[in-house]
Amino acid sequence: MAAPVKTLFYDGFWKSNPIFVQVLGICSTLAVTNLLANTLFMCAGLIFSTAMSSLTISLLRKQIPARIRMIVQVLIIATFVMMVDIIIKATAPEIHRFIGPYVGLIITNCIIMGRAEAFAMQNKPIPSFIDGIAMGLGYSAVLVIIALVREPLGFGTILGYKLPALQIWWHQWTIMVMAPGAFFMLGLLSWFARMHQLPKEKR
Amino acid sequence: MEQAAHSPTFLSVLLIFVSAAFTDNILLTRFLGMCSCLGVSKKVDTSIGLGIAVIFVTASTAAINFLVYKYILIPLGLDYLRLITFIVVIAAFVQLIEMIIDRYSPSLYNALGIFLPLITVNCAILGISLFMLNKPYGFLETLIYGAGGGFGWFVAIAIIGGIRERINEQALPRGLAGSPITLIIIGIMALAFIGFSGMVKV
Repeated sequence: MAAPVKTLFYDGFWKSNPIFVQVLGICSTLAVTNLLANTLFMCAGLIFSTAMSSLTISLLRKQIPARIRMIVQVLIIATFVMMVDIIIKATAPEIHRFIGPYVGLIITNCIIMGRAEAFAMQNKPIPSFIDGIAMGLGYSAVLVIIALVREPLGFGTILGYKLPALQIWWHQWTIMVMAPGAFFMLGLLSWFARMHQLPKEKR
Repeated sequence: MEQAAHSPTFLSVLLIFVSAAFTDNILLTRFLGMCSCLGVSKKVDTSIGLGIAVIFVTASTAAINFLVYKYILIPLGLDYLRLITFIVVIAAFVQLIEMIIDRYSPSLYNALGIFLPLITVNCAILGISLFMLNKPYGFLETLIYGAGGGFGWFVAIAIIGGIRERINEQALPRGLAGSPITLIIIGIMALAFIGFSGMVKV
């Protein structure tokens, strides 16, 4: 077996966290972090697509010709994203109306392609599957943190439930639910993460 | 907006362009194209090169995808295949453009060459194609919407490239250099672009 499961998870969550360290794939998912419910749906879709595409690509890695591997990878990823899109549409039509186009954009989320290229093409199917899950979870953790800050500050709610304290003395901070709030939050978060990661390396 | 869908006038087309480029800026309000933006925007020159390529590709692929969606996928009832179709159209189109430019204008190829493959995975392109499905636009309006969206991306990345060139020479707190400071700059720019939002009602 290749790298043990624990290392894979440590890599995904912290050491090479897709958002802080690799700065990949923040486009499509950042947009849905103003409501926690949307974020959870999006993250579940992303974890599923990453894990399943890594598994499939790894199973096929000996068969895929090197020259056309990009297009093959994109098609595999697109197939799983399409499944996610249809499942969300069937189970949660309300949420799908809001995040619909962004679900489709999981295809171009560089993190899936990045893991396919960097890990799944060289490793056995099972480690690739676990790597996909670990990377997806590391990615989701950051987005959930961002959503947990943005939703209460912007709407005064969490998962739609009104927080009494925020209703009384907090004036809704509209900027937090608009685009700039997401950029500021991600910028600050990745600053803190890097501050703690840097001492191990030389400046 | 309803009557504009039937007969595009000069004014309505202009409004679509301005709103796609500024009030609905694809990078600053929709977050799309961030990856290549963070990677490429270190210099103004490269930002502009990629920006121009993106304008061209978004406009063309939005128009092609519009035709494919309306005249092939909808009549055949294959609506659910739209994601896979759009991404194939975009990848094929970028490949085709690369070959044409390589054949007829090697100097342009050298200038744009490295940016073209990056465009396939630029979510702004696929994003424009997906967002246009929710709009009541005809063919011409879709083309303009694509061009406007690409132009908005171009403006944003060119400004960010300019600011980053200056910032690279400054001393920054530990850990802030690189993507964190860029994200904060983009946040401030997004605040500024919100100022446009009352300008056009679409």
